[in-house]
Amino acid sequence: MSLTSEQVRKVASLARLELSDAELSDLGAKLGQTLDYVARLNELDTDGVEPLVHAIELSNVLRPDVLAPSLPRDRGLANAPRTDGKHFLVPAILEG
Amino acid sequence: MSSLLNLPAAELVTRLAAGDVTSAALTEECLAAISQRDSSVRAFLNVDVERSLAQARSIDARRAAGESIGILQGLPIAVKDLICEEGVSCTCASRMLENYISPYSAHVIERLRAAGAVLVGRANMDEFAMGSSGENSAFQVTANPWDLERTPGGSSSGSAAAVAGRLTPMSLGSDTGGSIRQPASLCGVVGLKPTYGRVSRYGLVAFASSLDQIGPFASDVHGAALLLEAMAGHDPRDSTSVDRPVPSYTNSLNEPLKGLRIGVAREHFAEGLDDEVAEVVRRALDVYRSLGAELIDIELPHSKYAVAVYYLIAPSEASSNLARYEGIHYGHRTEKAGSLADLYARSRGEAFGTEVKRRIMLGVYALSSGYYDQYYVKALKVRRLIRNDFDAAFAKVDVIAGPVTPSTAFKLGERTSDPMAMYLSDIYTIPANLAGIPGISIPAGLSPSGLPVGLQLQAAPFAEETLLRAARMFEAATDHHRLIPPMARS
Repeated sequence: MSLTSEQVRKVASLARLELSDAELSDLGAKLGQTLDYVARLNELDTDGVEPLVHAIELSNVLRPDVLAPSLPRDRGLANAPRTDGKHFLVPAILEG
Repeated sequence: MSSLLNLPAAELVTRLAAGDVTSAALTEECLAAISQRDSSVRAFLNVDVERSLAQARSIDARRAAGESIGILQGLPIAVKDLICEEGVSCTCASRMLENYISPYSAHVIERLRAAGAVLVGRANMDEFAMGSSGENSAFQVTANPWDLERTPGGSSSGSAAAVAGRLTPMSLGSDTGGSIRQPASLCGVVGLKPTYGRVSRYGLVAFASSLDQIGPFASDVHGAALLLEAMAGHDPRDSTSVDRPVPSYTNSLNEPLKGLRIGVAREHFAEGLDDEVAEVVRRALDVYRSLGAELIDIELPHSKYAVAVYYLIAPSEASSNLARYEGIHYGHRTEKAGSLADLYARSRGEAFGTEVKRRIMLGVYALSSGYYDQYYVKALKVRRLIRNDFDAAFAKVDVIAGPVTPSTAFKLGERTSDPMAMYLSDIYTIPANLAGIPGISIPAGLSPSGLPVGLQLQAAPFAEETLLRAARMFEAATDHHRLIPPMARS
């Protein structure tokens, strides 16, 4: 199967990816091939099988609730594409 | 004079510790080898000559002053370019992080420094560790030192090629579906993926968090044991890191395992395995038999579903992990921004490579409303069945032996247009990641065409000591690890 360009566009929008027309058509075909391949999982009856999310099944790993130093602001901002030294800058999100 | 870099890691450590060789002299040899040979191997994205020499000289000065140096004794090490080191660039071989400088160091970097490592440079890789040939790097394609027209494997392409090309005696990689073991096999070096949770992932750039593990490459099993020993152990900053004592892997390494039970799975020799690889692996099994091991048939009936499970779980986790690259906090930001939504989509569309986009899209699709149970949850259920197969097998055997990857190193460019063919090169390595068990690739000799073939050993969770001792038994009996690619002989 191949995903329709409509489907690929919808997934790209959910993924926040701007794609060229060439990329959209390549992705439709390549994703389709992979989905065809993974369809073999339907050969297996998995009723009653508990999903395995993590190989080492730890739960509720807790630590004492104490203050500890975190990354200083200047280092946290050091890789920001745009900053005023205190904040990360983004385009205006409200009209007017 | 024969180069120090032709010596196995075990011998280098002994000489450093005895003061027969200085860390500075060894580091200078590495830097010279990199300047002579890396223009053709292209294993490194970044080498800091002054900094690594300064580290080496400081270790030598401490040794001269009678201070104890950690177990790595001043060994030079290459680091895959997705493990953060404070003040050093960490690109993940992506345009997205081309200018990123890590603000802090990974747990393993702190550990390696404390253990006396010299960190010489950053190794190339597939972008965000997604790939099996190294060709998805946004910056350069690493070559296999055994044949420069062939792939070193991936995603830890540079880490494997650096050790095979005798540029550094050891390196760090990461393994999500085979990214340490597959390149180790194709390059004829030792590569180990530890048990999930054995090594802290703090400071490892995340690809698929339930599968990723950092592990060592080395020219011999001793080197891999040493590097694992230096970095394994609990770290509260990674909540999946397991609080269990770390044995001295090197202390017991040379004790052969009496009555070793080796599992051999029919599924590992089924259709798809190249004859020349099968032949080398069968000969390796004969070596174990001659050493007194008992070979026992086992079944891994769900292993044939592992690639399908992996290509749902890994992209799902990746799509979530890579959502952090949005052009605001760090990484590439488009010049063409309109609205905030455009800024996200354009920054990501401009900076991610093709394979990364494919995997994000696949993951978003598998997790999207209406498909979540059909794809993601289904994959998690089959993941349980794969784990159950291993649990049943390890009730009967100590290790499982088999191939690492179906073929020897393929030609660069051969599989780039066919993602499914590329994905299937990890068919024998992916199950260990899904089940969380440790696995190692050790050199098993050369194919008739002169290319390295690895033998994979896998063991039960946290049985690295058994795994390494079993690997060392083979190595001690065969010496395949002393084979050096012609281009690296000096």
